[in-house]
Amino acid sequence: MSDEENNLFFGVFTDEDDCLEATKACTEANFTYHDVIAPYAVHGLDRAMGLPFSKITWVTFLCGTMGCALSFLGMAYMSHWDWPLNIGGKETLPIPALIPIMFELTVLFGGVCTMLALFVFCFLYPGKQARLFHARQTDDRFVIVLEMDEDFIEARAREIFTANHAEDIREVDADYDINSGPEGAA
Amino acid sequence: MAHHYSELRMPLVHGGKTMHDITNDVCGSIEGKPSMLWWVGWMVSGLVALMGVLTIAYQVYKGIGTWGLNKTVGWGFDITNFVFWIGIGHAGTLISAVLFLFRQKWRTSINRSAEAMTLFAVMCAGLFPVIHMGRPWIGFLWAAPYPNLRGPLWVNIRSPLLWDVFAISTYFSISAVFWFIGLIPDVATVRDRAKHWARKFFYGTLSMGWRGSVRHWNHYETTYMIFAGLATPLVFSVHTIVSMDFATSVLPGWHTTIFPPYFVAGAIFSGFAMVLTLLLIARETMNLKQYITQDHLENMGKVIILTGSMVGLAYGTEMFMAWYSGSMYEQYAFINRATGPFAWSYWIMVSCNVISPQTLWFRKLRRSPIFLFIMSIFVNIGMWFERFVIIVTSLHRDYLPSSWAHYYPTHIEVMELIGSFGIFFFLFFCFIRLLPGIAFGEVKGVMKMGQKHKHDDKPTREAPAEVSHV
Repeated sequence: MSDEENNLFFGVFTDEDDCLEATKACTEANFTYHDVIAPYAVHGLDRAMGLPFSKITWVTFLCGTMGCALSFLGMAYMSHWDWPLNIGGKETLPIPALIPIMFELTVLFGGVCTMLALFVFCFLYPGKQARLFHARQTDDRFVIVLEMDEDFIEARAREIFTANHAEDIREVDADYDINSGPEGAA
Repeated sequence: MAHHYSELRMPLVHGGKTMHDITNDVCGSIEGKPSMLWWVGWMVSGLVALMGVLTIAYQVYKGIGTWGLNKTVGWGFDITNFVFWIGIGHAGTLISAVLFLFRQKWRTSINRSAEAMTLFAVMCAGLFPVIHMGRPWIGFLWAAPYPNLRGPLWVNIRSPLLWDVFAISTYFSISAVFWFIGLIPDVATVRDRAKHWARKFFYGTLSMGWRGSVRHWNHYETTYMIFAGLATPLVFSVHTIVSMDFATSVLPGWHTTIFPPYFVAGAIFSGFAMVLTLLLIARETMNLKQYITQDHLENMGKVIILTGSMVGLAYGTEMFMAWYSGSMYEQYAFINRATGPFAWSYWIMVSCNVISPQTLWFRKLRRSPIFLFIMSIFVNIGMWFERFVIIVTSLHRDYLPSSWAHYYPTHIEVMELIGSFGIFFFLFFCFIRLLPGIAFGEVKGVMKMGQKHKHDDKPTREAPAEVSHV
């Protein structure tokens, strides 16, 4: 974010529907989003922002498939190639008996990799300092943060925010963060 | 979102709460000083857990001979407890994953505690097969397929017991991950309210820097959906595999194809009973009656009737199939269950699991917290006895009458069973004190349900649309 030196313009909303309407209007006005912040998942807000569907499903699919394949190969290696043990005269590569473990490892690989992918996609890690625009943005406040770039028309943004009952509208520096002091200077 | 629902639906949360009230109520219970009741519960369960741990230490030191098992009855309290605790865990996943896929919004008030319950129950469950190995530090490693000095002699992949190792460890890992992902946004809220540096550090570390960006929510919601989709077949597979520990043997009473669905229904049945037990305590002691309402209790009561009836049907089917099979061993196993030396346990099972839940057909009883509490204890007892009946009565009459034996649990086994309850409740008390016990991030998302008309009174809907289209 440090390479973008545009100032930021944000509005704080108290209701999810207000935020949703304002976001739709901002997308229509072709503004650049710095971020939209919601304390809980509001359905439709991501689409209103113009975000595509998350690609995380591909990670799950690929890693799940890998877990399935690796468990099959691992079991085939152990019981068929490396040490074929005669247990009651049964086959050394019994496909039905492999299915439970193949299923479990498909789920395990798919699940754990999905979690890791979420952290990578969102760049989250333990102890990361969260950047806050409003002290209650994880409680009950919605914030729309716009970049003040060449597409930005302040009067229009102010109009959208006011029409949707924004309780606070502000222009701030590019590195505004309430964690770094009351005035937000880094 | 709210607009898709009928205006006739009752709100899920009572008391006209605002978003901020929800945060205050739930965070308040982990920010203020704990109540006297919490301290009493924490200390009593802690002492019982300590007793359990010391008993286990003694048993590991002395050996499995401290248990009442013999050559004929090789599985007793240990595996009964294992299957019982695994079953308890299943309700948590059902609530968090299956009800999510069915769009049952009422789950949001109870899913966090139910998922925590899953984790602690699976921990208790995993304990018993491990200590049953006698020398767990060796046995535990032997269950893992790794290159070793014995050949390498690999594990037997045809054995359901090995499938179980994979099923239980996957189940625990996925439940833990699902629970943690659900916690992140709520922990972030707690972090932003924290004043003390230690709390800031603890919740700051756990919250992974979550700030509620919609870009993150986009990935988050997809992840949540994927986890629900993965956990749903997983939960069915886990108890199916547990039932195969029995069903793939040739022992009369175990060797039946009905076991997988029968075990899964029983697991959900017992798990919901345990969720009710815990939540009735939590809503009473933590002042959460407006979040865990009588509607929630009633819904859980309905699941209990359904699964209880399925379990009853399974008992009947087993009896019928034993008769219909024409196999004298099979017939004897079931007559012996109902009339033999362990008949008392069979009839405790039938009265607790089949007869008592049928009282919940009455709406009044389904909505009575006290009645539900007593009922949930009955179901817990009944479901423990179900596993005891399946395991012990099937084993104690061998094919050869000269091998017939009886099984008397020792005080060590009884203390380990009680100790596992101590561990379970102790972990639960720690959890409701340290982490938000209600998934308020999700509760907020369903707050508007049933409030459409109230909301539309505000002049917000039409005005912005006009302005933004100028």
